[in-house]
Amino acid sequence: MIRFEQVSVTYGDAAAPAVQGVDLTVPEGELCLLVGPSGAGKSTLLNAVCGLVPHFTGGTLRGRVTVGGRDTRTHPPRELADVVGTVGQDPLAHCVTDTVEDELAYGMESLGLAPDVMRRRVEETLDLLGLADLRERALRTLSGGQLQRVAIGSVLTAHPKVLVLDEPTSALDPGAAEEVLAVLQRLVHDLGTTVLMAEHRLERVVQYADQVIVLPGPGAAPVMGEPAAMMAASPVRPPVVELGRLAGWSPLPLSVRDARRKAAPLRERLSAAGAPADRAPAADGEPVASVAGLVVRRDRTPVLHGIGLTVRAGETVALMGRNGAGKSTLLRTLVGMHRPSSGTVRVGDGAPHQARPRDLLRRVGLVPQDPRDLLSADTVAAECAAADRDADAPAGRCRELVARLLPGVPDAAHPRDLSEGQRLALALAVVLTARPPLLLLDEPTRGLDYAAKARLVEVLRALAAEGHALVLATHDVELAAELAHRVVILAEGEVVADGPAAEVVVSSPAFAPQVAKVLAPLPWLTVSQVARSLEGAPA
Amino acid sequence: MSAPRAARGTALHAGAWWVWALGLATAASRTANPLLLALLAAVAGYVVAARRTDAPWARSYGAFVKLGLVVLGIRLVFAFVLGSPIPGTHTLVTLPELPLPHWAQGVRIGGRVTAEGMVFALYDGLKLATLLICVGAANALASPARLLKSLPGALYEAGVAVVVAMTFAPNLVADVQRLRAARRLRGRPDRGMKALLQVGLPVLEGALERSVALAAAMDARGYGRTAQVPPAVRRLTSLLTLGGLLGVCAGTYGLLGDAGGGYGLPVLLAGLAAALAGLWLGGRRSVRTRYRPEPWGVRAWLVSGSGVAVAALMIAANGYAPAALHPPAVPLTAPVLPLWPALSLLVGLVPAVAAPVPVRAGRPVSAGRSRAAAPAAPSRSADSGPFTKEPAQ
Repeated sequence: MIRFEQVSVTYGDAAAPAVQGVDLTVPEGELCLLVGPSGAGKSTLLNAVCGLVPHFTGGTLRGRVTVGGRDTRTHPPRELADVVGTVGQDPLAHCVTDTVEDELAYGMESLGLAPDVMRRRVEETLDLLGLADLRERALRTLSGGQLQRVAIGSVLTAHPKVLVLDEPTSALDPGAAEEVLAVLQRLVHDLGTTVLMAEHRLERVVQYADQVIVLPGPGAAPVMGEPAAMMAASPVRPPVVELGRLAGWSPLPLSVRDARRKAAPLRERLSAAGAPADRAPAADGEPVASVAGLVVRRDRTPVLHGIGLTVRAGETVALMGRNGAGKSTLLRTLVGMHRPSSGTVRVGDGAPHQARPRDLLRRVGLVPQDPRDLLSADTVAAECAAADRDADAPAGRCRELVARLLPGVPDAAHPRDLSEGQRLALALAVVLTARPPLLLLDEPTRGLDYAAKARLVEVLRALAAEGHALVLATHDVELAAELAHRVVILAEGEVVADGPAAEVVVSSPAFAPQVAKVLAPLPWLTVSQVARSLEGAPA
Repeated sequence: MSAPRAARGTALHAGAWWVWALGLATAASRTANPLLLALLAAVAGYVVAARRTDAPWARSYGAFVKLGLVVLGIRLVFAFVLGSPIPGTHTLVTLPELPLPHWAQGVRIGGRVTAEGMVFALYDGLKLATLLICVGAANALASPARLLKSLPGALYEAGVAVVVAMTFAPNLVADVQRLRAARRLRGRPDRGMKALLQVGLPVLEGALERSVALAAAMDARGYGRTAQVPPAVRRLTSLLTLGGLLGVCAGTYGLLGDAGGGYGLPVLLAGLAAALAGLWLGGRRSVRTRYRPEPWGVRAWLVSGSGVAVAALMIAANGYAPAALHPPAVPLTAPVLPLWPALSLLVGLVPAVAAPVPVRAGRPVSAGRSRAAAPAAPSRSADSGPFTKEPAQ
């Protein structure tokens, strides 16, 4: 269905091609997963399928890409719109109209389909994606998962043979991600749609894939094969595969179900080895932030309702819950961006919303969901100098932090040109320049590949060990399992669970990491914990 | 007949709301009586309150009311400071007058402020404010995007540009608020003019990135596909459009000028016809179809008809009660509310009964969420403030 023949893509002024030596065929009706570290050319490859590369982005495409028999060299994206449906990373940027129904019809209107056909297809798509209740809603009022489904629906109505998706689940909470993946499953099984999808969160998707294409690095030729075989060789792997490698299972399990079937001997060995090493909970640390009976309203609707939470020095707290549960609002209240309607918030020795920004800086730091919000200078060096000035820190402290967090960030680069991981490191360094005892991170792993995530975990562990208190709002259950001493689950603006990570997470089907699901009821959460326990135990 | 619940199928044609609002605006331009103007604004306000939806554009009404008040204020300040050509005898205060060179003759700064001048300015400003309120009502009641959809095919692409620009304005405001708040995290003041100026560049960068992403998405969804049109038709289209526009210009010149009073009107009409034919032919290049266009039904006739009726009755009232519609500022007299013109304005209330009833969020019908397994859906409205989580690129 999709054929790449000796394809290489070179962008305007780049010295080396972004991808090269691509020679593969995606057969009809397969769900094909594209994996690889950031910057390996995943988006380039996806956009080459729908013709946006090179018609829209510029650059030189050598070789030939054909989709459903149409050559992308002679067909610009609009002429491919009835064969390929493309959904980018940000579903909101994809929306042209303002209500769900109009959005679903937009593509068909452009193609000039007859009104009765459009009407029928909109109704079918509303049912297929479970959007019938939302048909009149304005797009801006939808949640992330709903919006992603609308974006998928809006390209489905044109009945494309191929669906191209760039990180469809990265911004979603575990429940919403399941929703979207269930829809994709259904399209592949019932309609025979060919799906080509890039995704960093392999633990969510790899079990659904029929084929996996691995892009090992920038400019390296991709390899395609069966998921189990590819995972054995891939530089990026989900925890369940890591566990399988550690335990020496063959073939490697891709889903929790496969792994559980093979895990009985491992569970026995582990229970013989005794409970995993306890994490230092630092329960007697000094409280750096305390919240009691907090209510925050927006437009008269309570967003947070009676929240109580104390964070101590040296403690790492993961804040979880579905999109819109109030996680970000709680973090922003802790830096004083929202005034509490009632209840008390104390950070350090005062209420954050009354503090002057200059003083607040030394008590609490927040890395927002999009680190670009924090960065305003046009080079990394200027950004660091500004951060030193803002914090009254000796010149060079911020630059040192950047070098420590992520070596190799060039001084002269524009912050917007950095990769997601580099940008996060820069924002983190800017915030840490003032040495706040409390550090808040909102969705820090979005868009990060496994290598960048592993680095982040190390950095955050080191910070916690130095006595910083960390609060992470995240959908990433694996990150929470790696780092958190404590997990707090929010729902509807209320705390519904608060306790040691192992207890809270193991008992929850949505928030349990893969290792916990495989080994349940044993309290191991991560592959590294299992590895440490096995080292000490007799084989 | 009771109005149905508003849904896609029963939605009122956006054009009907605009005709209604323009009818009210015409009526407002025909009177200077502050009581009648206030009544007109109240009629528009009542209809908006009764029939507006929760859609983002529906909130624009408040902005228009504020704009109207600002215009009124500016008019009064100008009349106060710059004086007024209205002769008056009741002096309120006398400001020190600024001596101006003789080439600025006719301009006066400071001087005598008379009650008559201020009252005249008040009536005049009120008229402008009411006009703005009527336009605001149309904006709040009819989605501007829907109205643009009714444009002929040849103008469709221009219409899309306008719609995209309109959706970008609220995004820009949200970006400014988010980035100003983010300054707090850097320990910089987050209030004041300086903070606003310093986020300008990042906001523009963000807007640019977003428009590029949107353009890519639209291209990938078939925007701008064109049908094959024979070259002869293409040439004829250009000829008709250009020729028609030239005709319109020449005709207007003829009508307004002294010389060509005779040929002005026919040339104007011929030009218009040619331009319209050009537009219609141009529409054949576009392959677009329309999904569920709103029908122009009985209710649309009622709503638009009530607006036209208000305008017509007001113009007629100028015939039988000119004095009541234009209370004089000199000599000062208290304006009275003339009975028949006031009653005729009330015809404008018809849409409050005839138009479909909007379904507002918070009522059980529209609040359904599909994730049935979730215990209870969190309220999204809670998340729609300036800090709305928008996925990054």
